[in-house]
Formats: sequence, C-alpha cells, structure tokens
Amino acid sequence: MGKLLEVKNLRVSYHTYAGEVQSVRGVSFELDRGESIAIVGESGCGKTVTSKSIMGLIQTPPGEIKEGSQILFDGRDILKFSKKEWQQYRGAEVSMIFQDPMTSLNPTMKIGNQIAESLIIHRGMNKKQAFEEAVRMLELVNIPNARSRANQYPHQFSGGMRQRAMIAIALACNPKILIADEPTTALDVTIQAQIIELMKDLQKKLGTAIILITHDLGVVADIAQKVIVMYAGQIVERGNADELFYSPRHPYTWSLLKAVPRLDSEKKEDLVSIQGTPPDLIAPPKGCPFASRCKYCMQICKEQAPPVTKISDTHEASCWLHHPLAPRVDEIAVETGGGL
Amino acid sequence: MEARVLNRDMPNHIEKGEVLVEVNNLKKYFHIGKGAILKAVDDVSFIIRKGETLGMVGESGCGKTTCGRTVIGMYGATDGEVLFKGQNVHRMNAKQRKDFTKQAQIIFQDPYASLNPRMTVGDIIAEGIDIHGMYSGKERMNRVYELLGMVGLNKEHASRFPHEFSGGQRQRIGIARALAIEPEFIVCDEPISALDVSIQAQIVNLLIKFQRELGLTYLFIAHDLSMVKHISDRVAVMYLGCMVELAESHELYRNPLHPYTRALLSAIPIPDPEVERTRKRIMLEGEVPSPINPAPGCRFRARCPYAKPVCAEQTPPLKEIDKEHFVACHLY
Repeated sequence: MGKLLEVKNLRVSYHTYAGEVQSVRGVSFELDRGESIAIVGESGCGKTVTSKSIMGLIQTPPGEIKEGSQILFDGRDILKFSKKEWQQYRGAEVSMIFQDPMTSLNPTMKIGNQIAESLIIHRGMNKKQAFEEAVRMLELVNIPNARSRANQYPHQFSGGMRQRAMIAIALACNPKILIADEPTTALDVTIQAQIIELMKDLQKKLGTAIILITHDLGVVADIAQKVIVMYAGQIVERGNADELFYSPRHPYTWSLLKAVPRLDSEKKEDLVSIQGTPPDLIAPPKGCPFASRCKYCMQICKEQAPPVTKISDTHEASCWLHHPLAPRVDEIAVETGGGL
Repeated sequence: MEARVLNRDMPNHIEKGEVLVEVNNLKKYFHIGKGAILKAVDDVSFIIRKGETLGMVGESGCGKTTCGRTVIGMYGATDGEVLFKGQNVHRMNAKQRKDFTKQAQIIFQDPYASLNPRMTVGDIIAEGIDIHGMYSGKERMNRVYELLGMVGLNKEHASRFPHEFSGGQRQRIGIARALAIEPEFIVCDEPISALDVSIQAQIVNLLIKFQRELGLTYLFIAHDLSMVKHISDRVAVMYLGCMVELAESHELYRNPLHPYTRALLSAIPIPDPEVERTRKRIMLEGEVPSPINPAPGCRFRARCPYAKPVCAEQTPPLKEIDKEHFVACHLY
C-alpha cells in the first residue's frame, strides 16, 4: 500500500503590490495512514500555507501554486482535481481545524446543524439521521448534555467547547487526514491539555492521520511521531520526535529548543535568543535562509543553498555544517546536552 | 474582616529588602448592568520588594491584567489600597500622581495596539520625557537615540512610524517608552504573549538585562508558566480574581500546594518526548467559571478534586504554610 499523502516539491507564491512573496519554496514530505506529524516554525515560515494547499484552500489570485508542485492523496494528484472531485475530497477525506475557534464557526447556525451539514453532503443522510449523528459526535468529543448543546449557537459555547465542536465537525465524516492548524494556541493551558488528550484519544479510536501545525514544542513532544521544522518556506530539518528533540542537527532547531525555558529545569540559564528576524520572502536569500541569524554561519552559507544531509533513514537536515569539509562545531554538543 | 487581619501579617515577613509596592485587600469590581457585578479582582494582598520580579500567572479571565492595571492606578480600586513607597496610589493629588507616573510605568501586551500609529517612534518614546520636562531640544533627541540603542534599534528608526516595524521591534519600542523616564517599577502585562518563540527570548533577555543594570522592579504578568518561572523571583497564581498561591519561584514549581497550581503545572507540555510519554497528567474537568456574581466559598471548588463541604461555605484565606509560601486552600 502506498503512502496516504505525498507532497512533492510544493511551491506556493502570493502576488502582492510589493512583489511576489514566495511563501513555500519546495516542500516535500510524506504521511502514512494513522501517523501524526508536526510542522513547526515561526509565523510566516509557510506552515499554514502548506496545510492550506493540502486542503485546497489557496485562493487564486493572489495565491498561486507553482508549476511542478504535486500533492498525491492515495496516489491521485489533488492539484489536478475538478471542482466536483474537490468537493468529494474536502471534508470527507481530509478536514481541518483552525486556530481560532471563535471565528471559524458560523455564528448564525446551530452547532448541531454545522456538524450535520457535512454528513448530509458527503454521506447522503437525511436531516434527522444527520442530527442524531451530530449528537453522537458531540458526545464523542466529551461535550456534556450533547443533545441540548446541539441546539445551541456558537456564542453559547466557551472557547474550549468551541474547539471541541470544531473537532466534531472535522471528524464527522471520518476523514483519513485531520489537519490541525495551531488548534490550542488560543486556549488556556488547562483547556489545551484537555484538547490534546482528546485528539490523542480520537486518533487511537478512529485511526485518523494528523498533521499538526504549531510553534509550541511542548505540544509537539506530546503528540507527534514525526517532526518537520520549517524556516522561510523551506524544510530545514525533519526526523522522528526522539531524533529531533535529542539530537537536533540544524542550528535553527537548536535555537528553537533553547529559546523556551523548561519548566522542569532547576538552573536559571540565559535563554538563547535568535538575533534578527526571518528573511523577506519577496527576495529570498540565495544561500541558506537562516545564514543571517546563524551563529555558525560560514562564507558558503551566504552563497549556496545547503544540500540535504541524511543522518539516518528518517532524519535529515539541510545545513553546510554537515559537509565533510566544514569545521566541527563541538560547542553544539555541550549546548544540547550531548546530542552530537 | 478576619481575612483582613490575616493578610495584614504579610508585610511582617520582609527581611530581604525594602518594600516598594504593598497591596492590601485590593478589590476591583465592574458593574456590567442589570445588577450583575464582575469581580475581576477580589481581595488580593501581596507585596513587591525593591529590585525583585513578582510573576503573576493564571488563565484568561483570572484578573491578572486588571490587577496590574489597578496597581499602577489606571483603574480606580473598588476597595482596598495600593501603597507605592507608603503612599496610596488611589488617593493622590494631581502633583503626587504626576510624580508617581514618573516612577511607575507599564508595558502592554499587544504591541500592535499600544503604539499610536500617527506618531513617529521618536515622539512615542519621548512623550513621557516631554510631559515631565526632563530634556528638550538636542538633549531630548540624544536620549531617544540612546534608548533606541539600549533596546537594540537604530537611530534612524526614530523618524519612522509604528507600522514599519515587526511585532518584536514594536515591543522593543514599548520597552524604550517605558524606560524613557527612568522609572523604578514596571508592570509588564503579558509583554511576550503576542510574539514568536525566538523573539520572546530576545525580549525576555532584554528585560532581565535592564533589571540587572538599572535595578528595576517588575510585576510580570503572563499565562506562560515556564517563562514566568524563568524571569521571576516569586510567583503568584491567580484564579478567578483570587490569589490562590504565592511562593518563591523554585519552591512553587518544586512543591506546589494548591490543587489548582498542581493541575496548572501538570497541564504544561514539556518539550521532551520521553518526559511526555511517562508523565502523568492531572486533568481538570470543565472550564473556568464566570467571574460574574461568583458563589461564596472557594472559587476553585467546582473543578477541585478534593472539594469538601467547608469549601462551599468559607472562602479560604491566604495563609503562610511554609516560610514565604502562601496558599489559600482549606486542605492546609
């Protein structure tokens, strides 16, 4: 059986007054059935644009998916889908939950009907069946008094409950992939813990593959099997969770891990801050995009994009430091607790 | 009245340093119509010593921002008092008040909303300098350039407008504005929550640096517990308008006493897959209830796994359990 999802050399640009913003610049990754993968990076690194492309939510214009990009779902290229095929795919095969549960629900529709909507469209249920199924979905996401709640409007729900309702909508048709775009960023920590627990639980029950988009490495450690680190529209490092957290190989990943203080550490050490800001993607640098902020930057980093170095079967990093001629950076081993 | 006496004990424990800010039984209620009262801050007492950072954490709606704004006099207090160097912040005449604003400043959460879009960065930073008549002419501009340099921006930035800057740069401008009049006390109201991780570290390092160099005192309000632990000497945990626990920061994380603090700490994901796999989490049921017309008794009891009948009857006072470790819970 082939991969569930294959993204090959995805390039997405947005046309603006200032020029063409190259948001995603050649991203490739694969997703197996039932797997959970996290895409990590700062705002503007292209993680949301990548996920929107998979959902077919890139608006053209101003957006444009460049020639040569491929997204294969079960072997079919979704970028060549007709309008009808898109409708069958979206919501039924792949669905998405968004960052802000306050604005992504329809305020004028009852929650139950919002869940039932996709069931009527994709499963051909009648209104009554769909409503019953909606109540069952609300129970599945642990909303108390599901039947009366289904007849309420989004404003009567709290933030955490709205996110649960969003998950219920997304999972209603039992999709193969759930894309979660910063699902817990707008929520408080105790509610975040509940939602993450729920997502892990549902993944076990339903076997849905999850693409989690986040900037919170704690959440990643909790839920993801594989991690992709994105910077300035490119993947700079990928690996399974243990490889990435215990032996990161890209300077950007190092600083990401060191930029957040750990709750369980006793020492009061200075946080590693990354100087400067990400590059302007209207005119991306020709070398490594991280070069201008990198402590270990060499002459070649500014001139040529680094090749992908394979560290293990699952672990890859794009950095010139792994070139045989590059100086060995011993300092790193100390910093990351003996990772190298 | 009994609680008042108990809370009054607190200032007696000061050994380490001079008290800069003393908050006694502070209450801030908002009347929101139809006779409903939103008790944003309900009977909170604490002190801040000179040169220390007091962290204040809690979930949204727990009253931490209201508390910070009331402490600095932006909101009037419903009851209770805030003493800054022994002077009541809410009972000052115009002259005293102007003097107070020169010593206490605030950095706001949202760097996009807290800078006037029609003023140049130079004028934004110099506004306090102008009001207090500290410098003028060339000296004024030199001070602005100096401040810009201190927060890691350039001289050239003074003539630009806020929209030309990124979130992190704007927060730097906000910090420069707060530092401009050489205050002693700064309320940092979630200064980093709107920023990206790598930028957060820059801002926090900057705040720590200024504290060391200028001897500043901070009230650091945030919902990110790991960052609060990193920056604070002592940490106060708020829940629904009440302070439930207050302790030295390592003590609080090593030995949390209040059931809410325990749940809060265990809810934070740690960036370490091995730890996450083996850790047992205390899950809280439900969500934070509304602070409008709260029922008497402990505010946390509806979600508390250890709730007893007494919790519904009496509001637990903040008691000192261990040295410098205060907790408001009937379990202790």
